[in-house]
Amino acid sequence: MIAVRHVSKRYGATVALDDVSLDVGPGTTHVLLGSSGSGKSTLLRVVLGLVDADAGEALVNGVAVTSGARRHLVGRVGYVVQEGGLYPHLTVGGNVSLPGEAVGWPRGRIAERVRVLTELVGFDTAMLLRYPAELSGGQRQRVGLMRALVLDPPLLLLDEPLGALDPIVRADLQAELRRLFAALGKTVVLVTHDVREAVLLGSTITLLRAGRVVQQGTFAELARKPVEPFVTEFLVAQAPPPELREYF
Amino acid sequence: MHAAGLVALALAIAVPVHAAGGVRVGSKSFTESYVVAEIAAQVLEATGEVSVERRVGLGGTGIAYRAVAHGSVDLYPEYTGTISRAILKDASIDSVEAIRAELLARGLTISDPLGFENTYALAVRADLARRLGLERISDLARHPELTAAFTSGFLERDDGWPGLRRHYDLRLAAVRTIEHALAYQALASGTVDVIDIFSTDGRLSRSGTVVLRDDRRFFPTYAAVLLARTDFVERQPRAWAALERALVGRIDGGAMTRLNALADLDGRSARQVAARFLGREVTDAEERARLVRELGTLTLEHLGLVAAALALAVLVGLPLGILAVRSTALGQAELMAVGVLQTIPALALLCFMIPLLGIGTLPALVALFLYALLPIVRGTYTGLATLDRQLLEIADVLALAGWRRLARIELPLASVHVLAGVKTAAIWTVGTATLAAFIGGGGYGTLIVRGLALDDATTILAGAIPAALMALLFHGVFELIDRLLVPRGLRLVMSRPR
Repeated sequence: MIAVRHVSKRYGATVALDDVSLDVGPGTTHVLLGSSGSGKSTLLRVVLGLVDADAGEALVNGVAVTSGARRHLVGRVGYVVQEGGLYPHLTVGGNVSLPGEAVGWPRGRIAERVRVLTELVGFDTAMLLRYPAELSGGQRQRVGLMRALVLDPPLLLLDEPLGALDPIVRADLQAELRRLFAALGKTVVLVTHDVREAVLLGSTITLLRAGRVVQQGTFAELARKPVEPFVTEFLVAQAPPPELREYF
Repeated sequence: MHAAGLVALALAIAVPVHAAGGVRVGSKSFTESYVVAEIAAQVLEATGEVSVERRVGLGGTGIAYRAVAHGSVDLYPEYTGTISRAILKDASIDSVEAIRAELLARGLTISDPLGFENTYALAVRADLARRLGLERISDLARHPELTAAFTSGFLERDDGWPGLRRHYDLRLAAVRTIEHALAYQALASGTVDVIDIFSTDGRLSRSGTVVLRDDRRFFPTYAAVLLARTDFVERQPRAWAALERALVGRIDGGAMTRLNALADLDGRSARQVAARFLGREVTDAEERARLVRELGTLTLEHLGLVAAALALAVLVGLPLGILAVRSTALGQAELMAVGVLQTIPALALLCFMIPLLGIGTLPALVALFLYALLPIVRGTYTGLATLDRQLLEIADVLALAGWRRLARIELPLASVHVLAGVKTAAIWTVGTATLAAFIGGGGYGTLIVRGLALDDATTILAGAIPAALMALLFHGVFELIDRLLVPRGLRLVMSRPR
């Protein structure tokens, strides 16, 4: 579904991606894990064609993606960003209708699709009339997800979707995302720095550091057979401290 | 787009229809010019054969001359000395015949002199003149003990004090600079003995002063004449004959001085003064009623001017702003160009318009339009250039492009900046439109210019207060437009504490 081949990208003297390769099979959820500056968001943006690689290529369904040739992604890829990336001047309904408008769907079809998605994320229809400024962080995130799902794309790309949420809401949404991904059977690539989220949602993980792939595999592989001490360091850093372990 | 249609409509509203049998009478913006032009206008009206359009208060010689040369007015009062020096730029052409011959090639002519001259002159107190026997400027040479105070212009000009002193070999005890407004007081109080004046100054008729005769003919002749277009004289020979009959040789220096005094010192309007000269009377009540009617007309003119200029500026400025964001090089060039336009003083820009578009509403409209461009282009540019990058990327991912992207995403998000630009432009335009009066563009400025010329605070305020009120009105209207056009969701974001 997604194939990234030896992609490198620099911004001036800063190396954002250094010879990164990646394969994501259909129906799986792959997590790009790393701290900020590790290149995980840049990698996602290369796949979206928002950033052109200096070397190497990214393929979606076997077609190379560049910023100049992105049309074939429309309807194939849904994109969700932190806080939802909603247009503040449009209502929830307006935001969610946009993808349908952009591809020229008739009004009735858009309305029907919005109704289905409203149910899917468990919203009341009154919510469609609200503006982003009137929503909570979790609600905004759900709207962002609805908008990404309108054209029913087989591929979902999420960039720190839950990054700005407080812990309880975040845990709730993590569970909900897991349910949705399973129910919808989408291919998902999710960027996060949160190990717990990676474990919960990802079937496979790519751990990145300073633009390089450190290790790829399942969480169990990373935890049990780390290729270098950094892998263990990164995983343990977010584990609960020893004196709290007995409570979990 | 309907842009072309709207432009045509705006022009159609802006350009007044010129009646075939009409005469357009102009004047510069000082008392005497207003009064003589008004006398000419009333004489023409009395013939019953032509309709008269008053395009008075046209700034200085530059504007008034261009107006008549370009055909925006048919005639206005001028002085022979001004024609030879400022217009023909040859002081040696000073006789009426020589000037007339020279003007012919430019499609212009002048009437014979009206009878008075308005030139620099020296004045002394009447009692001092009697005591010392002062009648002529050359008499001053015998009294080096006398002191003088001259206006700064007179002190510096070669046809002023420096030349005069050489010409008459004068030596005065002290020569100081003084403001014109204070000169008569200084003379009356005995602080100084000699001042420079204009020979038809209204105050001459009311103060105990004597004008000294220029016996060795130093001062150039500034004989009042009517400067007219030859095509008008040929087209309306009877109207021109009526003017010559009523005016040529009919206003001597004393008469003009008294007419100026009526306007400057007694607060009579040019219309009242002109009527009195022609043996009629216009009462204050009639005059007030006319002012109220005039205010209505001027309000419509002002509003029309501002609305048309602003509509054009939005129509042109918005696309220019969008273009500027799309192309960096073009954008910078464009922002620079509208910025430079802004640095041209408003009055200068108006003057530049005259050779291209004549005088009246059209050049004023174009100048105001050019002035209104900068804030609108800038506002649009700033609004679009500072849009959230992530929101634009999402539009990319959604493949929102072209008009839909502009209309649905970019302009609404930029609306606050765009509208702020339009609002600034609107309020500037209401203010700047008062200058339109200097080139016959009408509006509230007509009263301000007239009031300034006649030193009449009431008339100035009659123009300035409505202009200020209109600026407030526009401010209010735009607050309302903000509410309607800035999307509710954006206003929610702005009102939220961060």
